[in-house]
Amino acid sequence: MNVIVELEKPLLELEAKIEGLKKLNETQRVDFSAEIRALNEKAVSLEAEIFGNLTPWQRVHLARHPRRPLAMDYISKLDGFVELHGDRSYRDDPALVAGYAYLRGVPVFVLGQQKGRDTKENLYRSFGMAHPEGYRKAARIMRLAEKFGKPLLTFVDTPGAYPGIGAEERGQAEAIATNIKLMAGLRTPIVVNIVGEGGSGGALGIGVGDHIAMLQHAIYSVASPEAAASILWRDSTKAEEAAMRLRLTSEDLFEFGIVDEVVPEPMGGAHRDPAKVVDAVLAADARALDKLMSLKPEQLLDRRYEKYRKIGAHEEMVLDRAAR
Amino acid sequence: MTPTPNWLRRRGAKPQPADDKLWEICPSCGERIYIKDLDAQQRVCPKCGHHFRLPALDRIALLADGDFDEIGENLVTGDPLQWSDRVPYREKTQGDRTKSGLLEAIVAGFCTVEQIPIGLGVMDFNFRGGTMGGVVGEKVTLLVEECARRRVPCVIVTSSGGARMEEGMIGLMQLAKTSGAVERFGALGLPLVTILTDPTTGGVSASFGFQGDVVIAESGAAIGFAGRRVIDQTIRQKLPEGFQTAEFLLEHGQVDMVVRRSDMKAALASVLRFLIAKGYGAVDVARPKSA
Repeated sequence: MNVIVELEKPLLELEAKIEGLKKLNETQRVDFSAEIRALNEKAVSLEAEIFGNLTPWQRVHLARHPRRPLAMDYISKLDGFVELHGDRSYRDDPALVAGYAYLRGVPVFVLGQQKGRDTKENLYRSFGMAHPEGYRKAARIMRLAEKFGKPLLTFVDTPGAYPGIGAEERGQAEAIATNIKLMAGLRTPIVVNIVGEGGSGGALGIGVGDHIAMLQHAIYSVASPEAAASILWRDSTKAEEAAMRLRLTSEDLFEFGIVDEVVPEPMGGAHRDPAKVVDAVLAADARALDKLMSLKPEQLLDRRYEKYRKIGAHEEMVLDRAAR
Repeated sequence: MTPTPNWLRRRGAKPQPADDKLWEICPSCGERIYIKDLDAQQRVCPKCGHHFRLPALDRIALLADGDFDEIGENLVTGDPLQWSDRVPYREKTQGDRTKSGLLEAIVAGFCTVEQIPIGLGVMDFNFRGGTMGGVVGEKVTLLVEECARRRVPCVIVTSSGGARMEEGMIGLMQLAKTSGAVERFGALGLPLVTILTDPTTGGVSASFGFQGDVVIAESGAAIGFAGRRVIDQTIRQKLPEGFQTAEFLLEHGQVDMVVRRSDMKAALASVLRFLIAKGYGAVDVARPKSA
């Protein structure tokens, strides 16, 4: 069960009550505006109380909220999106959507990991977990972007790459490894949006770029808190503690220099005002592209190389060779 | 056994097992093998041929002709997350140092293999399961960049559970960092040969592991992206026999060849010699004087 869905229940009930009163106010002779004002104030303070100080674990659930905008919610707001299908060697992977569109008039190739809204959709989309053929379709699109000089826009929202027999047989590791290398050297601007869950290598498979924008309440982690807990504590119930320690929030990643921009969300998360969030993300992308497109390919690639080159955590130990 | 090479002597003695174990049991056939015999056989079971994991320094001794000139040997992790789970990260790496005799999960440097000058990185599973954090990522990157400067092929022997959890996203970003270096290196027409040994999974297989121009797998090695346990939990069905072994990967077209440890040096040298041989195009690569 999603802890945010539980947490926000009283707020949604209150909001429903306000809506009810507003309707009554319009149709009945009695004036409810004082009550509505009072309830509105209560709603604002309740919202602040619930969402004002979320723990990392609650943030994980916010990123997985069932009504959070999904990749296609952003992509469909681009102009003239046309989907392109298939990896040309195995099948079309619905977990990874590809195509082209226009962002404020700029032609862009687009990639996005698409989760489902319900069980049926989730089965079709493999919960946003791409197979190797999904990553290979993405690789095709990356090469097209380079060949035709179009920027690449990606939307990351996946628990991780699909773990299964077929995925392993068809080379999940190789597919992701190829994409990471391909993006490192792609001679066209790449703007990456972490919009929901950034799950490990599966996220990075479409996640290397010049500008990494992350929604305020998205998460991006080396492994899901559940997986990290079972690896490190050998106890998956420690997921909450893992979420706290992994430093997977947008603030953490901005501080580490892994994320270049944090796109703010409304109080309570993106699902409280999806249209506004979609607009804000696309506006941020347009700004980033505007800057990147003025760079020459060599500048762009040097900048990208340096961006990742400096991410590390090492110290030099002074030691005496003989003493070791 | 061959006499200890000079570079290894300079480096100091390899760590002795704390428990004075005299023998190991072969996990494949159950044979009880004296450790001295096992070491003399390159840690391959004399009865069934099972390949035990090989420490990095032993692997270097196996592949290098003679000297090995190490780089980045003093790099240690900075504990960017101030991590602690059941044990603080700094305490864990302290234990890993004792256990492996190494400061980190990879040893990198320059040597020759059958007279061919190369850069060689070898991962060691005894250090934090060979996981890649900031130091491993930095050393791989340094190695690949230095290979590019010296115009020599790069060889990386992997043994790793993937990105290092204790460094969080800094760990994951090493996939991108090392891949950037590999991409630039490859653009020069210089070869990267990877040797995947037991086990190679997660972030290391999903970056430089499978970015080799030629990918060699050692006999019997477990290789894949997702770990068996994760797959088990996700699909809840019986995994096929030999799933994620080197041989399974060969059959499914994921690696170029499966090579036994005793043949590894010759196989590697053959690949390198061919790839750097003068052909149609002119690639600027350092070649052995005799070639």
